Amino acid sequence: MLLPLGAPALPLDEAGKYVAGAYVVFVVLLVVYVAIMAAKLQRIERELREVATIAEERKDEKAEVPA
Amino acid sequence: MYGKGLKPLSIATVAMIAVSLSLVFFYAPLDADQGFIQKIFYLHVPLAMTALVGFIVGGVFAIAHLRTDNRKWDAYSYVAIHISVIFGVAVLITGAIWAKASWGHWWVWDEPTLVSFLIVFLMYATYYPFRYAIEDRDRQARYASVFAITAGAFVPLNFLAVRMAQSLVHPRVFATSNGGLPGEMMLTFLCCLAAMALLWVTLVKFELTAKSASGQVKRLRRALDAPAPGGSSRIAPEVS
Repeated sequence: MLLPLGAPALPLDEAGKYVAGAYVVFVVLLVVYVAIMAAKLQRIERELREVATIAEERKDEKAEVPA
Repeated sequence: MYGKGLKPLSIATVAMIAVSLSLVFFYAPLDADQGFIQKIFYLHVPLAMTALVGFIVGGVFAIAHLRTDNRKWDAYSYVAIHISVIFGVAVLITGAIWAKASWGHWWVWDEPTLVSFLIVFLMYATYYPFRYAIEDRDRQARYASVFAITAGAFVPLNFLAVRMAQSLVHPRVFATSNGGLPGEMMLTFLCCLAAMALLWVTLVKFELTAKSASGQVKRLRRALDAPAPGGSSRIAPEVS
């Protein structure tokens, strides 16, 4: 395959879109990762709330049992 | 306490990325050969180096797991590989964009650097189905560690093989007889490398903190004899 080794640098208006594309890809990947982590955090929070509710119910049940 | 120090680390990472981007676009001179398109170098190469080192670090954690039989190290290894694979995706995409702008092709199959990185990436992409395929958690952790060590040893060998190969088109800018990078470009590059390394460490810590929190909730459920929720992960190792 013959590659344009000696080709002159791309003009700024054309090179700019490629450079912007590369950096945007990086940012998008980061944002997607943060969104996935946010979803995980929401799940953990929901589970923690469920566990807290169960613990409170058990506590109430113990309190209702006459000594 | 995986979350300890996460806040200052995150702030340092954001600051370092901001400084690096400023250096890339306002300080580093334009490359005489490639012009503005060379700015991709400051993103693509640090990402690639961090990803490759991350794979090796994953192997080192796997050695610690096999030596101590402590599941914590398996989780470290898993997370290190996981974040490095994400970095690998970014390397492949930014590399393809740079290749298209510089060479007029999205991908060049006879270029050893590109193909070798793709091989390493695909090898690590099999890590997940490999873990999925094993039900027993102890066996899963042991086999995954063996995989991580073997693959981690392959990474530097692969890198050396590529460096020794006579490349025609992929630029060699470090330790070459032509003098390498000029001072401003080298400083910018080193800042970008530090920023990517910090980002990798921060994301690893984030992931470990999330896994730790999830593990603590599961421990609480077990302690309360509460029913487990549906859809829990089988592959991701727990951190308690």
